[in-house]
Amino acid sequence: MKIRLDSVEKSFDSFRAVRGVSLEVESGELVALLGPSGSGKTTILRMVAGLEYADGGSIHFGSVDATDIPVRDRGVGFVFQHYALFPHMTVDENIAFGMKVSKQKRSKAQIDARVADLLRLVKLDGLGSRFPAQISGGQRQRVALARALAVDPKVLLLDEPFGALDTNVRRDLRRWLREIHQELGITTLFVTHDQEEALDLADRVVILNDGQIVQEGTPEEVCRQPSSAFVMKFLGDTNKLKAMVTSGVAAIGNARIEAPGFPDGAVDVFLRPADLDWANEGEGISATVARVIDKPSGRRILAVTESGEAVELDVAPETVVTAQQRGVVTIERARLFASA
Amino acid sequence: MTRRRVLPGLPLALGITLVYVSIIVALPLGALVFKAASLGFADYWAIVSSPRAVASYRVTVLSALGATLFNLVFGLALAWVLVRYRFPGRRLIDALVDLPFALPTAVAGIALTTLFAHNGWFGSFLSNFGIKVAYTPLGIMVAMAFTSIPFIVRTVQPVLEDLDPALEEAAQSLGGSDASIFRRVILPLLTPAILAGVSLSFARCLGEFGAIIFIAGNQPHETEITSLLAFIRLEEYDYQAAAAIASVLLITAFVMLAVTNLLQARALRYTVKN
Repeated sequence: MKIRLDSVEKSFDSFRAVRGVSLEVESGELVALLGPSGSGKTTILRMVAGLEYADGGSIHFGSVDATDIPVRDRGVGFVFQHYALFPHMTVDENIAFGMKVSKQKRSKAQIDARVADLLRLVKLDGLGSRFPAQISGGQRQRVALARALAVDPKVLLLDEPFGALDTNVRRDLRRWLREIHQELGITTLFVTHDQEEALDLADRVVILNDGQIVQEGTPEEVCRQPSSAFVMKFLGDTNKLKAMVTSGVAAIGNARIEAPGFPDGAVDVFLRPADLDWANEGEGISATVARVIDKPSGRRILAVTESGEAVELDVAPETVVTAQQRGVVTIERARLFASA
Repeated sequence: MTRRRVLPGLPLALGITLVYVSIIVALPLGALVFKAASLGFADYWAIVSSPRAVASYRVTVLSALGATLFNLVFGLALAWVLVRYRFPGRRLIDALVDLPFALPTAVAGIALTTLFAHNGWFGSFLSNFGIKVAYTPLGIMVAMAFTSIPFIVRTVQPVLEDLDPALEEAAQSLGGSDASIFRRVILPLLTPAILAGVSLSFARCLGEFGAIIFIAGNQPHETEITSLLAFIRLEEYDYQAAAAIASVLLITAFVMLAVTNLLQARALRYTVKN
């Protein structure tokens, strides 16, 4: 089922949480709403679910205007950040809840069979008679997903689905959710503040800030062509250095960067730590090493440039470098944005 | 070597607690049982099974049941309204709930009697329909309900406040109607608190004295409650009989608290980890 939001607005008291968001999610697509806290992403998800009503604009499911349809009739599956499992019901009873309260009558045998199917789908066979307090966080989240899927929702909505879990469990569940999505092909919208999660899982990423969409595209598009300094910074570690443009070339120290289309004057240069390298001499920005941090994949150098700006760069594990050493930061890739 | 503890103060705190529980609770109860036991079994049985005593049990227990049932419905509604909605005067009502605890029960009894007497505000109105409250078991029920309602409200209220709104949202998103969400999700989660409130309320009703004796009329066999009967025996210096009758109340209260604890453990079995 295709979801379409048209200039959706929402305020809480005087706070404008969502400011005219328009968005289309194609049928069967897996889309991430990514943004810092307070960016309005959860509010958008809750409006799609019907847990909040929009103050303005419209929300369509396929050709149906769903803006004013209450949540219980909207046919969405919602997975909450803290699972919201019914603590007094077993795993089986939790999953069966939606079928039991449905207007569409099902026999006990039908419900039992469906519960067993879903338990298999979420790989929890044999845990049906446990209570939520007796299973792990990752298992609870899978029960929550099974419960949401039990009523055959038209769209699946997940609010920070893995936010409360350990890193390792999180990575496994992400891959697993991707598989389930592949298998069921259900239109899925999920909210996260974790860029890694969004890039890992989604077909398309919608980046939000201050209640507005700042960029949307495939993970490749938003990573390779960030449209603003905000997106650049939000998607990962970034160095921001000041540079001066003269006749289409930006200069930082002895480094030169092509800056076609930028007027002469100050400009901000954004550099990922991996876009930089360290050399004892050569063309680049003179700097002094403040500290070296070793990681499994390489070394990170924290350095201070001549002009006193802090810069972080990732170098190969073999690089020989120590604190207080002087040298040059070389630039392999850079992205320029007009000075704010 | 003694085991080292991280939290300090156990011997002192436990010592004080045990001494006070012994002096304030166990000793008087022990004296009561001791006094009652000084009767032979035949005499004891004759006193506690006398028609007047049995009639007083019936009046007390039935009125307590009626009052507790009323409190269950009304107290639950009161807690619900206080927690779920914001309206002018909410804090005032919230404060008023504790009034029955703060008010001397005799004052409550006199006030209720004045209201429900056949010439009082409520009494004269109700008498139009042929309903008599003062000096009937109904009056006993009113006095019991008045003095014990805070137990239900104050036990249910915090649990209701802590109920995760996401549970109801989840139930709604799964298609549940308001009625089915209340019955299948909210009520089961409130059950342990309701049981606790009901048992406290019922126990208080069984033991209530001050508020009831003004409104009950105190006719032996009809509107005489058990604690009043024990009091009458005491006034007659028949300490053994008073203790015997009181021991029946004591046993009833114990049995009832034990049963509610069992029910509560059953209702909370989902919280037990493996």
